[in-house]
Amino acid sequence: MSTRGMVIIGGGETGASAARTLREEGWQGPITLIGQENLAPYERPPLSKGALALGSEAAPAFILKEQTLEELSITWVREARAVKIDRDRHIVQLADGQEIAYDKLLLATGASPRKLTLEGSNTTSVMELRTFADAERLRSKLEAGRQLVVIGAGFIGLEVAASARERGCQVTVLEVGHRILMRGVPLGIAQAVEARHREAGVNFQLGVGIERIESASGEQRITLANGQELRCDAIIAGIGAIPETSLAAACGLDVGNGILVNDRLATSDPTIYAAGDCCAFPHGVYGGTRIRLEAWRNAQEGGAHAARNMLGADQPYEAIPWFWSDQYEQTLQVIGLPDASTLTVQRHTEDESLFFFHLDDEHRLAAASGIGAGIAKEIKLAEMLIVKRAVLDPVVLAAPGLKLKALLKELS
Amino acid sequence: MLLEGWIYVCEADAIDEEDVIRFDSGSRSFAIYRSEDNDYYATDGFCTHEKVHLAEGLVMGDIIECPKHNGRFNYKTGQAKKTPACEHLTTYPVQVTDDGKVYIQID
Ligand SMILES: Cc1cc2nc3c(=O)[nH]c(=O)nc-3n(C[C@H](O)[C@H](O)[C@H](O)COP(=O)(O)OP(=O)(O)OC[C@H]3O[C@@H](n4cnc5c(N)ncnc54)[C@H](O)[C@@H]3O)c2cc1C
Ligand code: FES
Repeated sequence: MSTRGMVIIGGGETGASAARTLREEGWQGPITLIGQENLAPYERPPLSKGALALGSEAAPAFILKEQTLEELSITWVREARAVKIDRDRHIVQLADGQEIAYDKLLLATGASPRKLTLEGSNTTSVMELRTFADAERLRSKLEAGRQLVVIGAGFIGLEVAASARERGCQVTVLEVGHRILMRGVPLGIAQAVEARHREAGVNFQLGVGIERIESASGEQRITLANGQELRCDAIIAGIGAIPETSLAAACGLDVGNGILVNDRLATSDPTIYAAGDCCAFPHGVYGGTRIRLEAWRNAQEGGAHAARNMLGADQPYEAIPWFWSDQYEQTLQVIGLPDASTLTVQRHTEDESLFFFHLDDEHRLAAASGIGAGIAKEIKLAEMLIVKRAVLDPVVLAAPGLKLKALLKELS
Repeated sequence: MLLEGWIYVCEADAIDEEDVIRFDSGSRSFAIYRSEDNDYYATDGFCTHEKVHLAEGLVMGDIIECPKHNGRFNYKTGQAKKTPACEHLTTYPVQVTDDGKVYIQID
């Protein structure tokens, strides 16, 4: 390979993980990490959790500190937006005109918050949460006694609601769907999460649309489709994210709901890879169904995997999707794709935890989900069972004395 | 007879084979392990990456996997084995008495 080197667009979890892995795997040529933020790569999950908590000023949780970037000889091009990929010349062009040549390119451009398109909604009246700067802005609004409206009862919205309640704000969550956590989480868990929020004093308005938002002298007014009016001090929208595919589309790569890659995480151009929130990949464990994930572990593992394949490993990406969320003292976790299941079996745990197995038509374990103190071990064991593509008896799974580890050993 | 400085943790059979429990003493938290071949070990209770109780993680062979980000440690030596866990864990001596009681020495 010539010495143009490896270029990564996007300095988030995926890009950082890829850059580190390239070095760990022995790549000695140039690595360039291009990021449009001004901070070195940092973790996003704390932005809706610890970064909003009471106490000392929140600092970014760096994934790769500037010093580490230097030690690993990774060229970190900050506050730089890649605007064009010239695939014939193997060149990435930045907004300031600078050109960076690549041998292999990784698109790790992530996703951006979906915008509310409503009369009166704009970025000054409605906040969003994706970057550390967003978190700082939100944090400054969360003074005790203030009224916060959260639009969208997905993970980010609910985590913000929990953090805001803990800071003494009054919180109302508006959700157009008829339940919270519509995607990827079974009803039993969504109900437990909702109950905990209600116990903490969060108001929910489910199944309601929003008509318009007006702001005047620091106060915001939200008019609901049912005519009701809400007044508040701050509004945050957590209504999903859109994959950043514009660069890929503009240079003619295949794009759908995410940059389309094969099971090696390569795009339709074999010298360009994509990983993390921005890409949709076929998952071997789920019959090759194309999925796009917005999850921390997928970003980390996808970045590392793409890096190894860029160096010639040629391995399929088969990491099982895994997601966690922290709200109040509760942690919930989901392993696999519950949406790929047709039968849910509840596991009886000794503590107060809730735990579900999700089986497909053939009683193969497709996913498991849980909330409570003791679930992490079980989720990990369930992951191993999913990897084994274990076919399981729902009656055995429901038995109170079931020991998952023993079951796993029996199957090996 | 146990020497001074040993603290009672639990009955030996209170920990399953190839498993871990949490043990708090004063303001400190420990993780107490029983290996597949019935030896007992103790480490700091918290993952060195972020403050998460390791006892909520999974023991496989010599490894404890952190429940939060899947960092791994060898719980027998305390060695960090997989990122994002990079700093090692402190280990502590464990004794199981003839009458089946687990003690650790933490100072
Ligand atoms: C508030 C919040 C809380 C979360 N909590 C959890 C959680 O509890 N559990 C969980 O599993 N997941 C959680 N996630 C999801 C997880 O953080 C994401 O899946 C992960 O950050 C995705 O990483 P990424 O690198 O693919 O994308 P991103 O983190 O979005 O990074 C992409 C980077 O690329 C940059 N970029 C984009 N286009 C260009 C361009 N043209 N030129 C240069 N740079 C560009 C962007 O500015 C960005 O910095 C959370 C996310 C958020 C926002
Ligand atoms: S807290 Fe243990 S690996 Fe992160």
